[in-house]
Amino acid sequence: MVSLVLPRLVDVSAASRRSASVAERNIAALKSVYWLLLVSGFVEPLLYLLSIGVGVGALVGDLTLPGGQVVTYAAFVAPAMLASSAMTGALAETTFNFFGKMKYMKLYDGVIATPVQPFEIALGELGWAMLRGGAYSAAFLVVMAAMDLTTVGRAAAAFPAAVLVGFAFGALGMALATFMRSWQDFDLMGSAQFTLFLFSGTFVPAEAYPAIVRWLVEVTPLYRAVHLIRGVALGTGGWSSLLDVLYLVAVMTVGLLVAARRMGRLLYR
Amino acid sequence: MDGESGAVIVVDVASSARARPTRSRVPAFAVLHYYLVGYRRTWRAGVFSSFLLPVLTVLGFGLGVGAYIDQGVDGVPYLDWLVPGLIASTALQVALGDSTWPVFSNFQWVKTYYAQSAAPLRVGDILAGHLLYVLFRVLTTIAAFLLVTGLFGALRSPWALATLPVVALLGLAVAAPTFAYSASVSSDSWLAMLFRFGVIPMTLFAGVFFPVESLPEGLRQLAYATPLWHAVDLCRAATLGVAPQWSVAGHLLYLAAWALGGALLARRVFRRTLVV
Amino acid sequence: MTTVQPLIRARGLVKRFGDFTAVDGIDVEVLPGEAFGFLGPNGAGKSSTMRMIGCISPPSGGELRILGMDPVRDGPAIRARLGVCPQLDNLDPELTVQENLTTYARYFGIPRRVARERARELLDFVQLTERADSKVEPLSGGMKRRLTIARALVNEPEIVLLDEPTTGLDPQARHLVWERLFRLKQQGVTLVLTTHYMDEAEQLCDRLVVMDGGRIVAEGSPRALIERYSTREVVELRFAAESQEAFAGKLDGLGERVEVLPDRVLLYVADGDAAVAEVQALGLTPANVLVRRSSLEDVFLHLTGRTLVE
Repeated sequence: MVSLVLPRLVDVSAASRRSASVAERNIAALKSVYWLLLVSGFVEPLLYLLSIGVGVGALVGDLTLPGGQVVTYAAFVAPAMLASSAMTGALAETTFNFFGKMKYMKLYDGVIATPVQPFEIALGELGWAMLRGGAYSAAFLVVMAAMDLTTVGRAAAAFPAAVLVGFAFGALGMALATFMRSWQDFDLMGSAQFTLFLFSGTFVPAEAYPAIVRWLVEVTPLYRAVHLIRGVALGTGGWSSLLDVLYLVAVMTVGLLVAARRMGRLLYR
Repeated sequence: MDGESGAVIVVDVASSARARPTRSRVPAFAVLHYYLVGYRRTWRAGVFSSFLLPVLTVLGFGLGVGAYIDQGVDGVPYLDWLVPGLIASTALQVALGDSTWPVFSNFQWVKTYYAQSAAPLRVGDILAGHLLYVLFRVLTTIAAFLLVTGLFGALRSPWALATLPVVALLGLAVAAPTFAYSASVSSDSWLAMLFRFGVIPMTLFAGVFFPVESLPEGLRQLAYATPLWHAVDLCRAATLGVAPQWSVAGHLLYLAAWALGGALLARRVFRRTLVV
Repeated sequence: MTTVQPLIRARGLVKRFGDFTAVDGIDVEVLPGEAFGFLGPNGAGKSSTMRMIGCISPPSGGELRILGMDPVRDGPAIRARLGVCPQLDNLDPELTVQENLTTYARYFGIPRRVARERARELLDFVQLTERADSKVEPLSGGMKRRLTIARALVNEPEIVLLDEPTTGLDPQARHLVWERLFRLKQQGVTLVLTTHYMDEAEQLCDRLVVMDGGRIVAEGSPRALIERYSTREVVELRFAAESQEAFAGKLDGLGERVEVLPDRVLLYVADGDAAVAEVQALGLTPANVLVRRSSLEDVFLHLTGRTLVE
């Protein structure tokens, strides 16, 4: 029994070590301005929160949720800002940067000549994106708690949810990146991202949309992400949050599998 | 009008029998022509991001959030109040987008400016030609945006047409200094920094989405200092058919000062880099 | 003599891309400690073969064993013991020279401290110590090549694969690379390289195969190949005329073989000077005469009827 299990375990630890070495390369590449850009990444969702949540919130006043709770507009918008910034951050790292490394820098052509395998490259890049995204999410949650938009306990519970959102979009992005032909395709992706950002129950409850639009919206990944984090942060989540988690885990799994398979095809010619 | 014949100024035919290379009367138009040729290939990709996205913002944000703002803003429905803000901020986005990476690339990656400076063009022509193209992009985008929002019924006054010269001036006011900036930075990470610390805060806090009056005192002064706020105030006055908060002449002079100062600065930086 | 296990063993190895067959059933054996070369023009199938040996390209047919293992199943285990220097340098432009080595070492699971130590030694070996903290982009072509070679050595590999190690380098840079590779060979490292330069193959290879159109057309040591497929000396004659053909006809019976190229005529003979005298005795006055030793270029010309570098 031990002899059956042990090689597997050794394999897993070697694979995770190799994935870590891919992420390590990114840390070595952090230099001067890029570093500054990275560190300041968390201010963007914060600015949106202050502008839309607080500024526009003053015009909107309080919001009555479908469940009957009354919350401030800022408290309603903040979880959506967190979810969409987790999406944007993960996608930026796994599509734009990943594509550049694969197609232009030919970085992975060098990496596959070592024991590191495509799946481990995908995991390593994703892990790196999550390290970065996780730090942003944590900072944002601290601000939310400080502004009294959620409680400390709920903020702590929302953190793993935000990380899951990042993983799901990161894996999805990596799979997409393997299909990208040129930089022009990123314009399309950016537009799709912004459209999701506008219509995923971000600024108004999805219940406000006409029924057909609402159904359409409810199957998109960002809607599920917003729904999950809002449920946790406002304490309104229930069994439907479980659906969100399952949905995001599924997106992550499929994304990773497709990415690894496509990378294998693209790199092992 | 197709770009080819429309953009090139008729050239002098050399008096001697042998054809000599000739210069167009306004060399900057020849430079503009270069960008228009490229635009003919890529305009479809640009249409979505620079035109459809603001329209989607009107729908998703203006209509959606507007439904929750019962009393409106300054006595008008939120959607009508928001649209002129989006006109100005869309112009800002287009102008900035076209004066950051493209300019950086023309110096560092594709090196178009160096190729152009080998032709009989002055630095001022190269700069003016590219700025004219930015202006072209701003005006076509906003004209299309006006058409759509007009169909929505979100423009309340024929004065709305006056937003076109306003956004043209705003485009110059932000693009010219950005040309200078993009020409002087060493890494394109600095361009992303400009968006993060300049463009995004300006878009979010200079009166596009909510009145600057609700900002705390210090921040409000900062918002007044941005070129965007001046254009937003003018655009809003135009589409709503009311008087602006500031004098029209004051707004225009302020924006013109940005444009002129920026252009002079850009010409200096361009000259320093191209003429060695 | 006891039989030595080959490090690389290919039997009927095939690589197809769609309808195109890049490698068409080759048999190769590389023994420990030797420097083995694939010589051939562009498109001969050399790089495809190298990629299969490097376990980054699954074979389409035939059998391939590397270090006694199957490249498809044991890819990571084999690659852990290989060093690869690809045809085009794929160094990391966002890292310094030294970081290129240390981060690469981490892919092999080499501890950080050891990686730093090894990077220092290797930079010394390829004479780049002074550029350790420089970025990659400003380096010259020869320096980048040496850095790529250093990177291929970071895991102390048993076999080093070099795909056209000096293509595109100036003569001085080439000699520096050759000299470093020769030192590796002396240290007992097995070298497998591809080249379309016959002088490179002659300088570095103990044994080589000549490839053309995905097949192996000859195999042996450079010396043996020349002896077998060419004469001791070659006379190159250049006639001041549109066509060399007319003159070539008059050389019939001179030497073992005559090859007509677009710009010159090659005369394969045992004694070059004697042959030149005979040409002059025939009353022919070439504009240019050169007597030289036979090279692998001549072998290739003889085997395929084409020159190596067009």
